[in-house]
Amino acid sequence: MKAFLILLRRELALAWGKGGGPLLALAFYACVVTLLPLAAGRAPERLASLAPGIAWLALALAALLSLERLFERDFEDGALDLLALGPAPLEAVAVAKCLAHWLAAGAPLALAAPIAALALGASTQIIPLLIPCALAGGLAFSFLGGLGASLALGSKRGGLLVAVIVLPLYVPPVIFGAGALDALAGGLPWTGGLFLLLAYSAAAVALGPIAMAAACRNALD
Amino acid sequence: MRGERRLFSGLDLEVSAGQAVALTGRNGAGKTSLLRAVAGLLRPAEGTIEFDGEAGPLEAEAARAEALHMVGHHDGLKSTRSAWEELLFQARWTGGSEASARAAATRLDLDRLLALEVRRLSAGQRRRVALARLLASPRSLWLLDEPMAPLDAGHREGFGALMAEHLAGGGMILAAVHDPLPVPCRTMEIGG
Repeated sequence: MKAFLILLRRELALAWGKGGGPLLALAFYACVVTLLPLAAGRAPERLASLAPGIAWLALALAALLSLERLFERDFEDGALDLLALGPAPLEAVAVAKCLAHWLAAGAPLALAAPIAALALGASTQIIPLLIPCALAGGLAFSFLGGLGASLALGSKRGGLLVAVIVLPLYVPPVIFGAGALDALAGGLPWTGGLFLLLAYSAAAVALGPIAMAAACRNALD
Repeated sequence: MRGERRLFSGLDLEVSAGQAVALTGRNGAGKTSLLRAVAGLLRPAEGTIEFDGEAGPLEAEAARAEALHMVGHHDGLKSTRSAWEELLFQARWTGGSEASARAAATRLDLDRLLALEVRRLSAGQRRRVALARLLASPRSLWLLDEPMAPLDAGHREGFGALMAEHLAGGGMILAAVHDPLPVPCRTMEIGG
């Protein structure tokens, strides 16, 4: 546990440190949220109905963007050897890395999502649901993205490969989250979508690290 | 095995407390692979690697997590962090403390460099930061891959003294080298 906290602190320091951190992810998020309406047309009503979906999908993309190098840098500079030889198993290393990513990028993005949704004209009633959805969905995005990043270790076109591996896995949380938001905005029962999203995130957090550790061992071998 | 290539076979090596073994051989002979296999990072195609503690055989997983250090070609340091932050993390991660990291830095002549970012350090200075964790958290087996290649003459001598001290304290060293190790050791040629 102590080792886990030591690693988590370092990963957070690295994520918040020079060269980006949450600011870059937030900037990317702002760009996507600004671009999508430009393509969707000018009618405010149409935009308002798309707003929750756009705010939600852009979260997935922003999370993906910052994940690509989650393991790659440690793999290249030899730090992954050190992490593999540490007191905590690689599964715990994977949890620490993904959790740090979520804290450094996922959580700030979750707080930015309501602002984006409101700016696009979404009704204020979805905000109380959007934040928990974004927090839980962000966990799934981080852990599944970590899975893609670990599977792409050592490949030449890592970035694209990560996206191709990860985006299909992002489909369920995107559907569940957007469904819940849509249902709430339409006055329908929305708890089902939220619970499915929570369940999916829980599964990603529980199973992802096992697969990530296996992928890292494979890359080191 | 690396890819489809068999690097070496029929290798039998035993290292006991207080002993050092220098692994020699041409480039690509498999010195690094052998070190990584001992560290458990690489699975040998056949054969076994066993660890013994004072009281008998050790579980390999536990031995690797608690009883060995590996310093390889790559120093594992993040270029944007300061040398001290990196050393402190490496020391703590392997079971050392802030005080032991500080002492290790002094012994490797790093005191003046600790505030610098890693990317400002030369290859030899970086290697010394990586080597400092050997002292910051005492572990009995040191796996070293060309540990002294980037070091200057003075620091080679200094690190030789640290290795001698480690051996005198009952430690073990398995080092892949091209130059002779500056401590009494057996030499093992890999890959003939």
